[in-house]
Amino acid sequence: MSDPVEKLRFGTELLKRGFARMQQGGVILDVTTADQAAIAEEAGAVAVMALERVPADIRAAGGVARMADPAKIREIRERVSIPVMAKCRIGHTAEARILESLGVDMVDESEVLTPADPFEHVAKKGFKVPFVCGARNLGEALRRIEEGAAMIRTKGEAGTGNVVEAVRHIRQTSREIELLRTISKEERVAWARAERVPVALVEEVRSLGRLPVVNFAAGGVATPADAALVRLLGVDGVFVGSGIFKAEHPQRIARAIVEAAFHFNEPEVLARVSTDLGKLMPGLEIGQIPPEALLQGRESAGPARSRPAPSPA
Amino acid sequence: MRTGVLALQGDVPEHLAALGRGLGGLAPRPVRTPSDLEEIDALFLPGGESTSIARLLRDAGLWETLERRLRAGLPVLATCAGLILLAGHLEEGPSGPNPPTFGVLDVTVRRNDYGGQRESFEAPVRVQGLEGGDYPGVFIRAPRILKVGAKAEPFAWRDEEVVGVRQGPVWGLTFHPELSGDPRIHRRFLDAVSSPA
Repeated sequence: MSDPVEKLRFGTELLKRGFARMQQGGVILDVTTADQAAIAEEAGAVAVMALERVPADIRAAGGVARMADPAKIREIRERVSIPVMAKCRIGHTAEARILESLGVDMVDESEVLTPADPFEHVAKKGFKVPFVCGARNLGEALRRIEEGAAMIRTKGEAGTGNVVEAVRHIRQTSREIELLRTISKEERVAWARAERVPVALVEEVRSLGRLPVVNFAAGGVATPADAALVRLLGVDGVFVGSGIFKAEHPQRIARAIVEAAFHFNEPEVLARVSTDLGKLMPGLEIGQIPPEALLQGRESAGPARSRPAPSPA
Repeated sequence: MRTGVLALQGDVPEHLAALGRGLGGLAPRPVRTPSDLEEIDALFLPGGESTSIARLLRDAGLWETLERRLRAGLPVLATCAGLILLAGHLEEGPSGPNPPTFGVLDVTVRRNDYGGQRESFEAPVRVQGLEGGDYPGVFIRAPRILKVGAKAEPFAWRDEEVVGVRQGPVWGLTFHPELSGDPRIHRRFLDAVSSPA
C-alpha cells in the first residue's frame, strides 16, 4: 500500500543545515593527500577539506586556482571515515555539480580559488549537497544563506597564518547582528534593501540573535591560541588551512588545535597544548599584501535585478 | 531530575533546545568535565563525529568517569554518533578507523552505512508506544544497526529496519530527534527513566 522509497527524502534544507550542525565545536583541516587526511582524522578533526594545494601555496603559485582533481578527492575519501569537503570556484556551477556527483559531503564555494562568475554565486538551493560559503559581514552572510548556503565561515585572509582578518569578520558580523536588535522595523527594512537580502531573513537573525546556520572561523587561523580566540568570539568551530601542514610538526599542531577549539576558555589547557609545537607556518602581514592579491574581496556582484551596489575589493 | 548534554562536539545546542522545548522546568546543562558528569541523573549524547568526540573524551579525561557512570546505570539517550560510542561492536566501515566504544548497548553497528551526506535522508519512523503517529526521522550520514543482541530490545523502525534500541535506561537511535522539532522522544525517554517501572 505504501512504497517505502516514496517516503524517503534526500537533500532537504533540514538535512543540509543538519549536516553542518554535526560539525559544531569541531575543527576542519585542509589536506592535500590521503596520508594528511589520516593524520587529521587521528587528531580528532571533524572533517577534511580536500585540496590540490593549501592556500599558502595557491597564494605563492599565482595563476588560476581551480577545483581539485577528482582523483585527489577520491583518494582522500577512501582513506577516512570523517566527512570530506572540497572547494569549487565562486559561481562555478559545473565544478559544484562535479563535486556533488563525486559524493563530497559539503562543497565550499570559495574565494581561495579564482572566481568564475563576476555576477552570480552558485544557486545552491538547487543542490542536494550542502554548501559552506565565506562572508566578511552580515549582509554577505545573508546573501549566501539566501542562495542556499547551509553553513557560513569567515573569509579571513587565507594562506597568511594571520588571524586578524578572521577576527575582523567575526566582529563585524556580530556588531551588525547587535545593530539589528537596536534599530526600528523601518530601519531594518532599509538595511535589508541596501544589503539585497529578504526582510524575513533579517527578522529571523534579529530574533535568533545569531545567524540561522552554523558559523565557523576560517582564513588565517594557525595556532591553538588562534583557534581559542575565534571560539571566544563566538564562532561554532574552526577551519584551519595552511597552518597544519605548513608547520614543522603537523600531528602535534593538529591535536593541539582540536583540543584548543574545545578548551578555548581554559588558559591552563591552552598553555599546555601550545607548548613545544616546533616551527609554525611563517605568516604574512596583511599590509604587505598588495590589495589586488587579497582573496577576501572576492564576491560576485549579484543578479541583475538586484544589483545596485557591487563591491569589488 | 538533573539532565545534561555531553558538550564536547556535535549538535549540542539542538539537544539543549529540544530539552528546553515542551519540558518546562528542566534546565539541561552542558557537560564538559568529569565533575559535570557526576552531577547529572540523565545524559544525552549528541550527534557529531564519533572519532572527534572519542578523542576529546579521552583527552579531556572524561572517558573513565563516563564509563563508570554508564556501568552503574546512568540513563542515556544517544543519537547517531552517541549510539556509535555506546555500541557493543562496530563493524568495519568502508574507510577509516573506528573509534573506541563503551560497549554498554548490545548491538552491532556500522558507521556511515547508508553512505555519505548525499545519502542522508528524512523518513518516517515508527516508535513503539509513541502516541501521535509516526515520528519524523532525520538520518544524517547515519550508522546502521546490523544486529541487535540478546540484551538489547528494538523499539524504533524505519519500515522493517531497526533504527532505535534500548537496554534498560540506555537508549540509542540512528536518527536525530533533536533536529526534528518534535519533542516526543526526548519527553518519552525522560518519562521512562524518571519513573522506572
